[in-house]
Amino acid sequence: MSTDLVQTETEAKVQKRSSEESAERGFSRRTFVKSAGVLGAGVATGLPHLVAAETAAAVSATTPQTFRATFVVNGKSQQLTLDTRTTLLDALREYLDLTGSKKGCDHGQCGACTVLVDGRRVNSCLTLAATVDGSQVTTIEGLAHGEDLSPVQSAFLEHDGFQCGYCTPGQICSATALLHEAKKGQLSQVSWETGKSSAPALTDDEIRERMSGNICRCGAYPNIVAAVRQAATRAAGASL
Amino acid sequence: MNPFRYQRPATSEEAVNAVAAHGAKFLGGGTNLVDLMKDNVERPTALIDITRLDLTRIDDAPGGGIFVGALVRNSDLASLPHIVENYPLLSQALLSGASPQLRNMATLGGNLLQRTRCYYFMDTAFPACNKRIPGSGCAALNGVNRIHAILGQSDKGATSAETCIATNPSDMNVALAALGAAIHVVGPKSAKRVIPIAEFHRLPGATPQLDTTLRPGELITHVELSAPVFAKNSWYLKVRDRQSYAFALVSVAAGLEMSGGIIKSAGLALGGVAHKPWRSAEAEKSLAGANPTPEAFRRAADLALTGARGYEHNAFKIEMAKQAMVRALTLAARGTDQGAQA
Repeated sequence: MSTDLVQTETEAKVQKRSSEESAERGFSRRTFVKSAGVLGAGVATGLPHLVAAETAAAVSATTPQTFRATFVVNGKSQQLTLDTRTTLLDALREYLDLTGSKKGCDHGQCGACTVLVDGRRVNSCLTLAATVDGSQVTTIEGLAHGEDLSPVQSAFLEHDGFQCGYCTPGQICSATALLHEAKKGQLSQVSWETGKSSAPALTDDEIRERMSGNICRCGAYPNIVAAVRQAATRAAGASL
Repeated sequence: MNPFRYQRPATSEEAVNAVAAHGAKFLGGGTNLVDLMKDNVERPTALIDITRLDLTRIDDAPGGGIFVGALVRNSDLASLPHIVENYPLLSQALLSGASPQLRNMATLGGNLLQRTRCYYFMDTAFPACNKRIPGSGCAALNGVNRIHAILGQSDKGATSAETCIATNPSDMNVALAALGAAIHVVGPKSAKRVIPIAEFHRLPGATPQLDTTLRPGELITHVELSAPVFAKNSWYLKVRDRQSYAFALVSVAAGLEMSGGIIKSAGLALGGVAHKPWRSAEAEKSLAGANPTPEAFRRAADLALTGARGYEHNAFKIEMAKQAMVRALTLAARGTDQGAQA
């Protein structure tokens, strides 16, 4: 599955950062922090200390400000000079012609804009493009391997996990990350409610809760759950 | 959205210096700030991106507690084995909030500073909001106030500069209140101080525009959790209009320290009812030394809601909060690992 590539790279990067950090300092909870993936601070190494778009003195409240960011999108390095107000979603759609990620609510409430940043699902409409400088971004366009669909994409097709399709790119990116999170043992509120606070299985209730950040106005939910269930089952089988 | 400068300082000191510029704000996960900027509720002149500062560590604290870095993301914190095992109340509260995507973005420090979901605060079409425009009045008082406060509010009429019935929307904050967390901050000239969570968020009083007691330029560096006493018996109960991905109408963080079947001490906080997580010392005191019975829980709930006052659309919250409290305490007494449906 092609997202494994991205995630593997991300994890490798994360592991590297982490070992660099622990070499520098010997904090007692380093090990479990690393295992849980609470990372990110070390990324600043090598970046300019102050990436100010303009000098403070020159700024007026009405002057557009720009910045330059470099990030990898679906395996390809991109360098863009953008208005600081540009969200990652707008950078992808308007500047990189990657219109798969959709603008639904533009307020982080619908999930249609969901993409993976360093392997983690985020709402790209609330992510400023400046903040992903140096990151790996994966969109719906980057999930397939050439003509081979990812397991989640195939499952959505098989189970008819959509009707109009507008929410589908976000749903598929979200489900892709969901499988990865479940594999790492991440919990959900349902895990606590069902008394499974250790390695919860992906029951339908778990899938519904974990997909709750993606709204489908057509109401294709039963088929979306079925698709995620199948992808989860196959992923579990593949790792045996 | 107004234009703004974007800066990415390398150290906390640089960040504190940078935010001293007029109208500058720290940027964490951005889930709340960027959203409010899109609607011109927030209009920072500069965003100081602090997400790459070295504030993601978790360290031992003296006395058996831990320090959690302010930039640890909500999703990571919720599933961290040490938190799951020792502070399940916090894990539950974090997982009750928002969506997986937003929890992946949101930081510990940012969640502490989450602003109210009051419709009249969030919509600039309404001229009256003392929180958004100090002195302008309160549109919620005689408006749709279903999600608003029933405890600790300022109410001197819709045109008063002091009136505010907004609530703090965070789930995490409610758990941190019940756990008695301490907020560590650093300010200008490297001045550090520690603010107990009970004093971190504030009631509106005469200055509803202020959500917290943070001073200008102060940066949250980490949160301290004391040695766990509620690990075996706690529960976070969230009552909302839909089962997932919705803000609380009422929520309860309940922790019980049990000894031989008797409650030794209790940590209790309510969410969705006030301008800050509502902690009742009287309710907690009434449980100390008591048997975990429905009567004792109801007595505590009545004490916690003393003085509550509802409005046209939210009066239901008073009884709802009491019943939620009894249920959360019942589930806490049963044991954190039992699950609500067991």
